[in-house]
Amino acid sequence: MNITVNGKVQQVDDETSIGRLLEKLNLDPARVAVEHNLAVVALDDFEETTIAEGDTLEIVQFVGGG
Amino acid sequence: MQITLNEKTIDIETGATLHALRERYKPEADVVIHNGHPVKEDVPVAAGDRVVLIRRGEKPSAEEMEALLVSRHTPGVHEKLKEGTVGIAGVGGLGSAIAIALARSGVGRLILADFDIVEPSNLNRQQYFVDQLGLPKVDALKENLKRINPYVKAATFYGRLDRQNIPQVFAGVDVMVEAFDAADQKALLVETFRKHSPGIPLVAASGLAGHETANSVETRRAGNNFYLVGDGETGAEPGRGLMAPRVGVAAHHQANAVLRLLLNEEP
Repeated sequence: MNITVNGKVQQVDDETSIGRLLEKLNLDPARVAVEHNLAVVALDDFEETTIAEGDTLEIVQFVGGG
Repeated sequence: MQITLNEKTIDIETGATLHALRERYKPEADVVIHNGHPVKEDVPVAAGDRVVLIRRGEKPSAEEMEALLVSRHTPGVHEKLKEGTVGIAGVGGLGSAIAIALARSGVGRLILADFDIVEPSNLNRQQYFVDQLGLPKVDALKENLKRINPYVKAATFYGRLDRQNIPQVFAGVDVMVEAFDAADQKALLVETFRKHSPGIPLVAASGLAGHETANSVETRRAGNNFYLVGDGETGAEPGRGLMAPRVGVAAHHQANAVLRLLLNEEP
């Protein structure tokens, strides 16, 4: 199915969770901010939140420094 | 007609000029600021203008002080900033510089939170002094802010921020700033604050290490009420440190985004 991640259309398997998507994108779940269809998703909910066809995700990766 | 002179509203005759005002109210003034801009020439004053007369080196009275502090501000900005409350999570390289920029701008109230003390490796980029080594950063910063602008109220929280206390510590802020060092702490603050206060804008930073070009540090919208400063990828890691200029560039991007949000402008 097709989803949009940071403005770009991507193909993922049906029933993909946010946790699985982050793994596929090689992102550390403890270092990202995720917005799923405009709603903020908490780290604790990444595994149980399933993505559906046409969903939109905004994923920000944090790197250290401040 | 009415104008504002050294932050007091006064009535003057139509057609009065800057030099006539100086002659009448403060002949010893050697700096004349007209609507936020210093001017030498004698020009007529219009109704609603803001004029500030300063004698250089003079220590002003407490009531005059605040007006003089903001006399170079863009007119109309200070009244709004003064009403603003800004939360800053982490007062290291980013947070200490952001707090100072906001205090100089006259933002009314800051909430500063950090668990750490000032130590020597901070001084390469953080706004502290050698004689403050060992002090909690929030206390050292509060002291520095007071020396810059005594009219800014600073509340401090000395301790670790977590999912439970973030909403309480930053209750009532108009704009929130993420200014942590560690990537997982940044993510935790952003997630917790946005979940709890989705209507309040948050300005975070990621990608400001090293001495790569400063021009790649930018401010962008990264979600609903969420703004991100940095190049997005240059992290602190073995072989790449944190340097005052680029951290400062990012900090001031964040501070500018805060000002714009307080003024109801898109960062």
